[in-house]
Order: sequence, then structure tokens, then C-alpha cells
Amino acid sequence: MRYLLPLGVFVVVAAALGIGLTMDPRVLPSALKGKEIPDFSLQAVQGRELGLSSANLRQGTVSVVNIFASWCGPCRVEHPYITELRNLGIVVYGINYKDHPDHAEEWLNIHGDPYVRTGADLNGRVSIDWGVYGLPETYVVDGGGHVIEKHIGPLMPDDIRSKILPAIQRAMK
Amino acid sequence: MSFFRTICLCIGLFVFVPSALSLAVDEPLLNPALEARARALHKTLRCLVCQNQSIEDSDAGLARDLRRVVRERILAGDSDDQVIDYIVIRYGDWVLLRPPFKASTYALWFGPFLVLGFGAIGLVIINRRRSVKTSPTPLDDQERESLDRLLEDEKL
Repeated sequence: MRYLLPLGVFVVVAAALGIGLTMDPRVLPSALKGKEIPDFSLQAVQGRELGLSSANLRQGTVSVVNIFASWCGPCRVEHPYITELRNLGIVVYGINYKDHPDHAEEWLNIHGDPYVRTGADLNGRVSIDWGVYGLPETYVVDGGGHVIEKHIGPLMPDDIRSKILPAIQRAMK
Repeated sequence: MSFFRTICLCIGLFVFVPSALSLAVDEPLLNPALEARARALHKTLRCLVCQNQSIEDSDAGLARDLRRVVRERILAGDSDDQVIDYIVIRYGDWVLLRPPFKASTYALWFGPFLVLGFGAIGLVIINRRRSVKTSPTPLDDQERESLDRLLEDEKL
């Protein structure tokens, strides 16, 4: 009985430290979640026709915005799954972050272009307005231009199932 | 001749070191007062890539871009608070190296004092218990008698 209190304190402290230690310090809460997307207008990636602006994201359809670059390794890893999202009939837009126009064009030509529209953020200024801090990042945006969900890091099939598709469903309501 | 050249090279190297140390890629503001404000703000903002450095200290590309944004906002006439808000809206409270004092951070600010308080209370309780336990029990009659006898014997 007399050990109950110390044991209780130990359990509470261990649980608190356990939660703290198992959290990924690289994944930060998004300040943009639930808020409106920033106003922006970007030219298409070299060799593509359709550029991307905030108006495109407010046209009533739920969309997925993927921030990518040809120099980003994990972007290559998630690329097949981004393509899969597109094949599911989801509108996917791409923002090309601080990339060389030639490299971006080549990258899309080689690996395939899953994006309905692309925007070339050459100096990264628009991405700062989105709160981007590491590539790749993926946002689910509802038809009115509100950010419903944000994923940081490569988008793997598990993330699509557990995070992105439910967010798209929520956004459609 | 070659000795003279070596000396020149040495002097040259020393003279040019400081310029290599200063931030070569940044374009400081021309107005020194505004630049000083920008520098002060840079020190309070966390670099999101390297996490425990300020954007002033960090070499990351994003830190450089954020330094530029701070200068840009200052030039646009923002107050220090407005500049901070501009960044916080985009990246959240997390970018502030000094966490703000508000409802969601009370635990952070008061937590240590609470733990200290609990510790102090615990210490007092333990101390009190121990002192109760160690206080001597009074002698019963028989013990007193035998003690008196012993003391009497001592006198002899």
C-alpha cells in the first residue's frame, strides 16, 4: 500500500516521457490546417501548359496539392503513389519547389506527370506562404480552398489509406 | 622576391577572412537601424530544418529565405510584432524560440513550478512522518527505576 503513491508517480512520469520520446520531432503541427490557402499565382513548370493559382483551388472540387522537386529523393519514392492518387480520379496539383526548370521538366518527362496543373515556385516564396519546411509535403484542400489535412514526408500507401482518403471524404461533405 | 610574395599572401589571407565569415548570400538592409531590427528578429525565430538553431545561425536554404522574408516585411513598414505574426501565421508558434504565454502553453510555463511544489509537499510529509517515528517513547516505571539505580551506582 505504501508503494502505491511512488508507483503511481513513476507510471505517470514514464507515460509522459514515453509519449514525448516516441513523437517524431520532425513532424510539426501545420499552422495552415483548417485555414484558407494563401493567395498565389504560379506559372506552369517548363514544358507544361497549365499554371497553378489559388483560384484553381477554389473551384468547388476537392484537390490534393503536392510540393515536390527533382532534387528531392523522397519525392521520387512517393511519386508512384501520387500517380496512383491521380488514377483514382483525384485532382492532384503540383508545386515545384526551388527547382531548375530544365531538371523539373526532365523529371516529369522521365517519371510521368501525375499533375492536372503545376506551378513553378522558383524562389520558394509561395511555398513559405504555405508553411512548407521540408520536401515532400502534401495538402488536401476542399472545394472552397481550405486546408483539410497536411502530410509531411513521402506519401506512402499507408498514409493514403489512413490519412489522405479520409481527409478527402471529410472535405467532400 | 618569393619571400615578399608569401608575406603579401599571408596579409591578404588575414585581411579577407572577415568577409568570408560574414553572410555572403544575404543582402543586408541599407538602413543600419532596420538591419539591426531584422538581425534581432532573426535570433528569435527557429530554423525549421535544423530545429534548434535560430534562422540567424542556420545555413539552411529555408533559413536564408526566411531571413529575406523578415527583411522584406520590415521594409514594407511592419512593426516587430507584425513581422513575427506574419511568420507565425505560416509556421505556427513552433517557429518562436521563446514560446508565447497563453492558455495552451500554461503547462509549459507552470509545470516545473508545479512539480517543484509537489516535491516540496512530499518532502515535508516524509520529514514529518520520520520525526514522529524517531521521537523517543517515554520510559515506563520499571525502566525508570532501573535507570535511577544505575545512576545511583555511578555516583558511588
